[in-house]
Amino acid sequence: MKSDRTPLMLIVLVIVLLAAGPFLPSWMVSLLNVSMCYGIVVLGMMLLMRTGLVSFGHGLYYCLGAYAAGLIDQIWKMPDMLLMIAGAVVVTAVISAILGLLLAKYREIFFAMLSLAFSMILYGLLVKSASLGSTDGFNVSAKTIGGAAIEGEAMRIGVYSVTVVVMGIAGFLLHRYLASHRGRLAGAIKDNELRVEYMGASVFATIHFNYVVSAVLAGVGGALMAINIGHIDPEMTYWPQSGEFVFIAILSGTASVFAPLGGALVFETVRSFAYEYSPNTWQMVLGITMLVVMIFLPGGLWSLFTRGKAREAAS
Amino acid sequence: MSQFVAVLVDGVVYASWLFVIAVGLTLIYGVMKILNIAHGSLYALGAFSAVSLAGAWFSHGYAPMGSFAMLALAAVLVGLVSGPIIERGLLRFLYGKDEVVLVLVTYALFLILEDLIKLVWGVDPLFVQGPNGETPYGLLGNFEIAGLTYPNYNLLLIGVAVVTGLVLAWSLNSTRSGKLLLAVIHDREMSAALGINVSRTYFVTFTIGAFLAAVGGALTAPTVSVVTGMGAEVIVMAFAVVVIGGLGSLPGAALGALIVGLVRAAAVHYAPEVELFSIYFVMAAVLIARPKGLFSGAEVRKI
Repeated sequence: MKSDRTPLMLIVLVIVLLAAGPFLPSWMVSLLNVSMCYGIVVLGMMLLMRTGLVSFGHGLYYCLGAYAAGLIDQIWKMPDMLLMIAGAVVVTAVISAILGLLLAKYREIFFAMLSLAFSMILYGLLVKSASLGSTDGFNVSAKTIGGAAIEGEAMRIGVYSVTVVVMGIAGFLLHRYLASHRGRLAGAIKDNELRVEYMGASVFATIHFNYVVSAVLAGVGGALMAINIGHIDPEMTYWPQSGEFVFIAILSGTASVFAPLGGALVFETVRSFAYEYSPNTWQMVLGITMLVVMIFLPGGLWSLFTRGKAREAAS
Repeated sequence: MSQFVAVLVDGVVYASWLFVIAVGLTLIYGVMKILNIAHGSLYALGAFSAVSLAGAWFSHGYAPMGSFAMLALAAVLVGLVSGPIIERGLLRFLYGKDEVVLVLVTYALFLILEDLIKLVWGVDPLFVQGPNGETPYGLLGNFEIAGLTYPNYNLLLIGVAVVTGLVLAWSLNSTRSGKLLLAVIHDREMSAALGINVSRTYFVTFTIGAFLAAVGGALTAPTVSVVTGMGAEVIVMAFAVVVIGGLGSLPGAALGALIVGLVRAAAVHYAPEVELFSIYFVMAAVLIARPKGLFSGAEVRKI
């Protein structure tokens, strides 16, 4: 059996990104930041998809994470980046643990619809809550990182570096989880729930746990996005946002933790350039890309890499 | 008292509008097992086409009453053109795939159509209006209930919804092709084996569904400013309706539309801050209590 190179590659990726940070042009840093935030959310989508579930409402946790970060800044006046991320983790873990009790009994289209309903409930609440800026949302900014007050250019690099490290940790933990006993149950549940139960494992507990993990990842992604962009609004939990996450997950494929991270980068790059050069047709470009991938590459972009390897192994 | 009446009237009007849109969605799901997100775009296409056609009618100085014919024509055109193109050109290659994959296919389609609309009609809000400010909305006059005045256009909406529902129910249950359709819904493979042309059934169903979405759009166009993004707003509301009623159920769509319509009207009048929230709260509550919706029979388990 081949040794697992993924952790090593993740470490290399994080080090390269950290080292390159100060030298990259700022547009590239923004692109990377946004891609990494999306990548973290889509890691969670990938876990759900491996379990055979597609959530059309993960914007709920993405938005909750962002608003948790925002409220730590606005109300408690403690705009520390790490504290904001921790806040997002706590809020999304608690809420998803509760909603997960309901959702873990649902499958397929019903799972998608109930999660959509939950995310739209939050949308309905936020749109009408004037104290949180209604549809306009409000601005968020991190002033310190781990207690150290940083300003200007250094802060920009700091935020970027924290995002890189969080992404690395999220990818590593998820990779370890997927390789663990319980993590491997995901695929088994997707294939045949009944047999999983016969083996003595709890389908409900596994789905519930995976749901919470994916929610926390979405929350962390949302908090990081809030800090990076500097602004949050209820659109984060509107259904097209959730659709976008599903979109990237489909585009990427679910074979490796690198797939969502790479897929998010591809997605953001395509979107930035499409938006730059034809602001009125960028959605069309995305839609066509998605159709092509779904019809010709059902395993996502990642299958382009593994296909070559599979052929090697066969010969 | 008058507020209660207002809630009832607004609710029923809103429900009629929702029903026309949602019934196409539920029809397509019932027959083809596709939860069609692009339904929202077809609705928007209907609205934009109505703006163009009615606008052309007005600008030629024809009798304003004829603009209603233009609204109908817009719906027919959108249904007959986009329905066949989408079904023959895309969906028929994907039958048999997972339900969720099909949802995503229609999501991609939704994105494409949204931009297509922007390319053709631009991004500025449009109105169905004649040179002297006449609109189909105002042409029909008003009626009064309990001291409140409503435009008669609302009665037209209710009429269209009732007729649509009755015609669909009748043709499903009492005509030959309707019964064949029910057979396809029940067991696609067996129907095909018995000689029913399943592919044509799908084709016709999707076209009718697209037409109904466009009817909804064309009827809405005179009452609002027609803007890009209107499809995104409507589709998730239509999801709520069909999920509450039970996916694929015709009476379910009617009941779901009534519930959503009345809940929203009540929220608007008594507690405006929970307007949107209330709809999705009902949707979640129904899904939790009866996951398959209010009007779903027990599903036969296939292995």
